Amino acid sequence: MSAHSQEEVQRQVKIYIRVFLALGILTVLTVGVSYLKLPLSIAIAVALFIAAIKSSLVAAFFMHLVSEKKIIYAILALAFCFFIVLLLYPSWHLM
Amino acid sequence: MIRYISKPHPITGIINSKLGVWCFLASEIMLFGGLFSAYILLRTGVTDWPRGHELLNVPLATLNTIILITSSVTMVMSWASLEMKNLSKYRLFMTLTILLGFAFLVVKSFEYGHKFEHHHFPSTNNFYAIYFTLTGLHGLHVIGGIVVNLYFLLFGIKMWDKEPKQFAGRIEAAGLYWHFVDLVWIFLFPVLYLL
Repeated sequence: MSAHSQEEVQRQVKIYIRVFLALGILTVLTVGVSYLKLPLSIAIAVALFIAAIKSSLVAAFFMHLVSEKKIIYAILALAFCFFIVLLLYPSWHLM
Repeated sequence: MIRYISKPHPITGIINSKLGVWCFLASEIMLFGGLFSAYILLRTGVTDWPRGHELLNVPLATLNTIILITSSVTMVMSWASLEMKNLSKYRLFMTLTILLGFAFLVVKSFEYGHKFEHHHFPSTNNFYAIYFTLTGLHGLHVIGGIVVNLYFLLFGIKMWDKEPKQFAGRIEAAGLYWHFVDLVWIFLFPVLYLL
């Protein structure tokens, strides 16, 4: 993102405030769910699902990934593939 | 001299500083990814892994989550203020971002102090080992971000008069890093404290 008109930036500021509210609500929600003492597998699924939504909001709006150039998506896609391999690697013996 | 730092490169369509920061963040994904991988290995390797809330202070960590999320908003607002040519607002939001970064570290040091008082160290067990490693590395990133932001508040701001576009690009790049640090915490918080 670069070179914006004033109106464009003001429109974005409104989005930032909404994202901020959403992040706050999701934080309270994830802490609230943790007090329900759900079975571990369900608790992990719920907590990671909420964290994924929160991180997507930060990446999409604060880091401007909703309207970014192809080369950045390419770099991130490559890093993400290796990241998934790293996360799956410790549990390969379980599969 | 680095070229294309105030106008987009004709091939990539973005300024080089942003490309550089994204490459750096990709390497950071691998750094933290390796440690998350270690966490999964340690946790799945034993039958009795403690639930985070039994050992750690969830209310304090929730407070820190809110602090870091708020600092992300003030960081993006400091960049938006530059885009709106409002330097005094930039100063305000950048100062708030730095103060919130310090607040995060103060809360974290209370948590660490409490653990040390009860003789819980990284060497105590695997849970504390990975807890201190992950939160310690994250804390170092917060300190690094504060140093960069302080530079852009006190000294780097001189660039605004001569090269406003380049300066706004620098703040956007610093913001990308700061949001990444926030993003890592968004995962650390549930993984270490809630699960």
